[in-house]
Amino acid sequence: MRRTMLFVPGNSPAMLLNADIHGADALIFDLEDAVTPAEKDAARVLVRKAVQALGYSGCEIIIRINPLDSAYIKQDIDAMVPLRPALFMPTKVASAEEVKQISAMVAAAEIAYGIASGSIGLIPLLETAAGIEHAYEIARSDPRVKAIFLGAEDLTSDLQAIRSKQGDEILYARGRVVIAARAAGIDAYDTPFTDVNDEEGLEKDARFARSLGFSGKAVISPRHVTAVNVVFSPSQIEIEYARQVMAAIEEGERLGKGAVSLNGKMVDKPIVDRARRVLDAARALGLGGIEDA
Amino acid sequence: MKITANAIAGSLESNDVLVRVSPAEGLSVEIESIVLQQFGRQIRQAVLETAQALQVEDAAIFLQDKGAIECTIKARVETALLRAKGETA
Repeated sequence: MRRTMLFVPGNSPAMLLNADIHGADALIFDLEDAVTPAEKDAARVLVRKAVQALGYSGCEIIIRINPLDSAYIKQDIDAMVPLRPALFMPTKVASAEEVKQISAMVAAAEIAYGIASGSIGLIPLLETAAGIEHAYEIARSDPRVKAIFLGAEDLTSDLQAIRSKQGDEILYARGRVVIAARAAGIDAYDTPFTDVNDEEGLEKDARFARSLGFSGKAVISPRHVTAVNVVFSPSQIEIEYARQVMAAIEEGERLGKGAVSLNGKMVDKPIVDRARRVLDAARALGLGGIEDA
Repeated sequence: MKITANAIAGSLESNDVLVRVSPAEGLSVEIESIVLQQFGRQIRQAVLETAQALQVEDAAIFLQDKGAIECTIKARVETALLRAKGETA
C-alpha cells in the first residue's frame, strides 16, 4: 500500500537522515530534478550509502532515475540496483518502447549483480503530452510496470497550460492515467500538491484524487504526509459500512437468498467488491479493530 | 587508486561535510568539525575506511564537517576521491 510517496532529494544529507520518520508508505529518492547535473555522481553515492546504513525499514524504496535520453540513466541503474529498491521511477516516459528499453537495462544490471530477474519493478512517471496519450500502452508494456504516476508540473508546461491550484487543467490527464492503470490492472498515483503551506488545499486536492480512483499521492514535503495518509485510508464510516455489507451478504447466503439488500438498497457485486477492498485496506493498516491475517 | 587532481565533494550545509582531496605522498587526514572532541576518532576512521576500500594510499584529505553522520562522511569522501581520479560513481 502506497498512500503516500515522499520525495527525498538525493543529494541532501539532512533530508535523507530522517526520511523514514514522517510516516510515508514509500520514499522516492530523487536522482533527477532535485539534483544538479554537477552533483549526479555525488547523489548516487550518497543515496547508496544512506540506504545501506539507514535501511529505512517500514518504507518502500523507490528511486527516481534520470530520463532515457540523458547521459545518467545507465549509471543511475547500475549504482542503484544493488540496493534492491522495490521500484525504479523512470522519468518523462512517453512510450511503451522506452519502458521496454529501461526494463532491459534493469534486467542486465540484475544479472550483473546476481539479483533475481524481474525483482525490481517500474513506476513510470507520465509528465508529457505523449506520455498521457500513450498511458495505457505504457501501463501494460512490461511485467515490471507495477503502477503509473502522473507528474503535473512538467505536463502542464508541455501542454502550454496554466497550472492552477484547483487543477482543472489536469483533470483529463488524471482521468486518463487512472483509466489506463485500472484497465491494465495496476495502480495509479497522483501528482504532488505543491503549496507546502496550504493544508486545506492539500486535503481537498487529495480527496479529489482519491475520488477519481488514484491509489495514493506523491508528496514533496514531510508536512503533507499525515494528511494524505488519512485521505487514502478507509474511514471508520467506510469500514463500518463494509462490515455491514459483508454481514448482509453472509446472511443472504445462509438463507439462500439470491438478492440481498442493506438499508433498503440492493447490495450487488460492485458494492461487495468495494467493501472487500475497504476491509483489505483496513486490515493492512491495522484500522477499525481489524487484525492483519 | 592514484589521485591525480584536486577535487571537492559535499557542502557546508548542516548535516553535510565538505571534503577536499589533493595529490600527496602518503595518506593524510585533516578534520575541522563542530563535534571533533566527541566524534573526531570515528570521523577519521570513516575516512580511512573509505580510502582503503578505494585502495587510495596517497592523498591529502581535508574535511570541514557540519555534523554529518558516518554514511554521509563516507559518501562525500568516496565522491571526492573518485572525482580526483577522474571517475564517477
